[in-house]
Amino acid sequence: MSAEPPDAPGPDQPLVRRLLTPRLRRVDLAVAALLAVLGFAAVVQVRSTQADGPLATARQEDLVQILDELANRNDRLRAEVGALERTRQELTSGTGTNEAALAEARRRSQLLGVLAGTVAARGPGLGITITDPKGQVTGDVLLGALEELRAAGAEAVQIQGPAVLGDPPSSRAPGAVRVVASTSFVNGDDGGVVVDGMLLRPPYRFTVIGDPNTIETALGIPGGVLDTVEQSGGRVVVVQGQDVLVGALRATTTPRYARPAS
Amino acid sequence: MIPALALIVGVVLGLAFEPTVPAALQPYLPIAVVAALDAVFGAVRAQLEGIFDDRVFVVSFVSNVLVAGLVVFLGDQLGVGGQLSTGVVVVLGIRIFSNAAAIRRRVFHA
Repeated sequence: MSAEPPDAPGPDQPLVRRLLTPRLRRVDLAVAALLAVLGFAAVVQVRSTQADGPLATARQEDLVQILDELANRNDRLRAEVGALERTRQELTSGTGTNEAALAEARRRSQLLGVLAGTVAARGPGLGITITDPKGQVTGDVLLGALEELRAAGAEAVQIQGPAVLGDPPSSRAPGAVRVVASTSFVNGDDGGVVVDGMLLRPPYRFTVIGDPNTIETALGIPGGVLDTVEQSGGRVVVVQGQDVLVGALRATTTPRYARPAS
Repeated sequence: MIPALALIVGVVLGLAFEPTVPAALQPYLPIAVVAALDAVFGAVRAQLEGIFDDRVFVVSFVSNVLVAGLVVFLGDQLGVGGQLSTGVVVVLGIRIFSNAAAIRRRVFHA
């Protein structure tokens, strides 16, 4: 407007002259003020748009929608957090359960090992020596003695004869047989008793873990082990001990047919 | 010359003060700026065609801004504020383009 060169040609002459009049008219001030306001507002708007990001210029309904979406997303994430935390808890408590189960299984296998004769056992008990000078103590006498011991609460039993040839040299209890549920007593051809395939000769030494007093009392009842053996011409010597070792072991056998049913 | 200087002064002031836009004005300021731009382009075109009149410019500038703001305000009240401001921007944009085309024809004779 006022930038027109002073020597602008013909038709614009009056306008130019008017624009170039030195006094600043009020309307010129208004124009200048408006443009200043425009520049100011434009810069402010650009600044606020850059500073506030897209949310500042978003409309109210858009903002409400965005808020809704955020709330929904928040809910979903919260639910996910809950689920994950439950999973984590299950996993941690699961490992706890696993450890407990493992410990329980170990304990149980130890107990069953004592029963099955695959682990050595020690504890209070007694040693019983049955001598047989006349060769009259047969397998069924020993079996009767064993039944007495079991009835009196014997928990681990081994029978040992004097060392004979054929013992495995590494055996912890040479000449000893761990007595288990399947133990058999067969009279030997020329004396002695074959216990689970091993020929034992007298004197037979039972090593028993159990309540010593109860077992000793049980041995001495009329018609019991003491009576039977003495009728056969033998003698029974009982020695109690607080820490008796039943060290004879059996090999673990895997059942060929039976499988755990549960 | 003076309006161009005033424009620059306004820009400098805006850069210097960095004021925040009041929340009530936030929906209207961008529309107002676009409307004012439309008035300015129209003024430049009129200037080049030799029919510029400062009174007309002042009135059209102010009324452009006010009408644009009013339209957006009405749109907000009616729940179509977003669409209406888009419409206003589109219309003003078209006017700015046609003014720019006229200016181009004047300046470059093409």
